[in-house]
Amino acid sequence: MKEGDIKFAKLLVLVNGLVPLALLVWDQSHNRLGANPQNFLILTTGMMALIFLILTLAVTPLRKIFGLNWLIQLRRMLGLYAFFYACLHFLCFYSLDRAFNFSSTIQEIIARKYIWFGMTALLVMVPLAVTSTNGMIKRLGGKRWRALHRLAYVAAICGVIHYYMQVKADVRLPLVFAAVLAILLGYRILEYLRSRKPKAAAVPAK
Amino acid sequence: MKNENKILSREITPEAMYFNRRNFIRAGILAASAVATGVVYRKLNPVGTETKKTIETAKIENVVKPTVIATNDTSGFRVDEKQTPFDDITHYNNFYEFSTDKEAVAEKAANFKTDGWTVSVEGLCNKPKIFALDDILKIAPPEERVYRMRCVEGWSLVVPWIGFSLSKLLNAIEPLSSAKYVAFETLLDATRMPGQNTDVLNWPYVEGLRMDEAMHPLTLLTSGLYGRALPPQDGAPIRLIIPWKYGFKGIKSIVKIKLVEQQPRTTWSDYAPNEYGFYANVNPHVDHPRWSQATEQRIGEGRRPTLMFNGYEEQVGHLYAGMDLRKNF
Repeated sequence: MKEGDIKFAKLLVLVNGLVPLALLVWDQSHNRLGANPQNFLILTTGMMALIFLILTLAVTPLRKIFGLNWLIQLRRMLGLYAFFYACLHFLCFYSLDRAFNFSSTIQEIIARKYIWFGMTALLVMVPLAVTSTNGMIKRLGGKRWRALHRLAYVAAICGVIHYYMQVKADVRLPLVFAAVLAILLGYRILEYLRSRKPKAAAVPAK
Repeated sequence: MKNENKILSREITPEAMYFNRRNFIRAGILAASAVATGVVYRKLNPVGTETKKTIETAKIENVVKPTVIATNDTSGFRVDEKQTPFDDITHYNNFYEFSTDKEAVAEKAANFKTDGWTVSVEGLCNKPKIFALDDILKIAPPEERVYRMRCVEGWSLVVPWIGFSLSKLLNAIEPLSSAKYVAFETLLDATRMPGQNTDVLNWPYVEGLRMDEAMHPLTLLTSGLYGRALPPQDGAPIRLIIPWKYGFKGIKSIVKIKLVEQQPRTTWSDYAPNEYGFYANVNPHVDHPRWSQATEQRIGEGRRPTLMFNGYEEQVGHLYAGMDLRKNF
């Protein structure tokens, strides 16, 4: 893919990533977020964070399976969108659920196991967002950077558990997220095992 | 390289035109993709586009409205708080028999027919009877009761219900002294209640009350709201409202009421006994194991502190005197 095409692909991701936010703002300003807009905003921003996390993690498997190497160029933006929506999700919780009350927010974070998982996911994403620049990749070195950014899986796993735990009874949707995540992680583990095999075979037999 | 050489120079699009055309196509792709994303978003979140269809149910005539309530009125029959708009009450429903999506219940339940509805009132009593709906509604004149409604999920409404105290029906069948509890059952009919095709809960939905709770004047056998018969999504044609308990105790579309000696099993308590108890009294001091019950989102307004017994402590507190409400949650 040419430089210009990649730039255009990035633009596509940038614009489409903003579509859900634009519609949320539009619907909110038209009073059309349903009977419980506060809850809807919290839920939807969290859902978007999860979707972008899954998309980010899908890049490498898709790239390898279909030979679409240029996809890697979009991963940073997808990941940053995941972080962006996760931050919005937390802000919605802090403002709409906790009424900007710092101490009650802290108390609630401590008291609720499902929020532990959500907070872990959010906090794990902070160093990933900070080290997402080209400069940081160089400074850390590719190997260390890749090792650090495997934390994206931790964020996604915690995020899905966080979602699963706060659903009252109908857990079908969180289970769909869990299944997709399991497939993506399973692929990476298989790849890892396969990459080790030839080395093991190379050990001379005595 | 060979292929490129075959292109004649006159066939090569001038650079400026090429970029223009490419930009044009790209703009088209960009716009189309944004629209597609928007469509997918809308499909997953229909809330923003749906126009709420106001459901016209029959008007209930001759409703006894509590006239001017004296400041010292302690009945609890009419809470003096802003009533939640009709469209919100009828488009934000937990009614898993139709859908687990609160905003989808109204549409899924729209064609629910209640013709020929009967309620079997039976068990430990002198006069068990299978009532036609109209006969039940004749037992006492319809009264308007403006109650707070607190869902266990942490949101709340204020609803002008119409009905009469359940005690009037129970008295009519003459309970035996051995009757200690009342068990309630919702219609079981997956053809009319499609949610019953899923196994998210054990069907039919069952609920129960202690006899003294059932006989309390606040416990309302409810057939309407906002001056009209109950819309399907709110539990047509007849349901229970116990304003000091979490909403799930207010069983909908009732077909059976049975007086029993032992504490009956209840659907949510069956589903997760550590999360939903038999009593399910609204209590800001006893959290749900997974979330806080200290505050609530009043629909159409902001968050507010949750009141003990949902604000009905004066009326019902004595029913639970000496009970450990942490154990009997």
